[in-house]
Amino acid sequence: MSDDHHPIPPSPIERRVVALEELLTERGYVPEGFIEAFNRGYENDIGPMNGAKVVARAWSDPEYKKRLLEDGTRAIAEFGFGGPEGHYMVVVENTPQVHNVVVCTLCSCYPWPVLGLPPRWYKDAPYRARMVREPRALLKEMGCDLADDVDIRVWDSSAEARYLVLPERPNGTDGLSEEELTALVTRDSMIGVARL
Amino acid sequence: MSLELDIDGPASPPRSNGELVFDAPWQARVFGLTAAVVETRFGGDREPFRQQLIAAIAADPQRPYWDSWVAALEQLVERDL
Repeated sequence: MSDDHHPIPPSPIERRVVALEELLTERGYVPEGFIEAFNRGYENDIGPMNGAKVVARAWSDPEYKKRLLEDGTRAIAEFGFGGPEGHYMVVVENTPQVHNVVVCTLCSCYPWPVLGLPPRWYKDAPYRARMVREPRALLKEMGCDLADDVDIRVWDSSAEARYLVLPERPNGTDGLSEEELTALVTRDSMIGVARL
Repeated sequence: MSLELDIDGPASPPRSNGELVFDAPWQARVFGLTAAVVETRFGGDREPFRQQLIAAIAADPQRPYWDSWVAALEQLVERDL
């Protein structure tokens, strides 16, 4: 039976993607191997580790932290991180009294060069709407329970500005090297939906 | 909503940081495909696609994200390619 080769028929959306790829390839817009190489790059080379390095340096080097908060794009470029989706970066600092969190209310603007691909929930309509309307309740649901006297600042990412949260350095990490600190920094803490 | 947040919320292990967050291979495929078009047709300018994506999401806010993405790319092809 010829059916044996295709036990699960492609879904309508899969067929649409295949049709798009065929059409665009035929018109010469898809260099051979481009898609595979692009996706591999995001998976391996560009990801939240970049952001973690930036944060760890800011914790370790007060001068770097000053530069980072003054001009995020330039300070991040010192690492060689930048490019599309990261051309205007603003770094916002968490303190005991202020918690910052990032959302994109229009679509899913996200600082890809420092955080990689956006997580699934970042792109969901409920996250985008509720983080503006009721950030404290939503953060609590996500496991980030803030005291009532902590001021929450919600930053709306756009094509003009992408935000990166500088989390507070955890207690008891005084003796750690920059490299060791890097391993402590999570993606969620740099979006602002978690504390460290 | 809580289901989606739980799958990938702060409860996920820190070392899953770098994970690609596609639910199905076609999503990664259309993502890379869009990157190719942005590069070869628009010289790296993502704005035309981004506008289509914003419009596609606004047209049907409850539609899953990557479905809107596909619709946006279809619109872009129809308009500009």
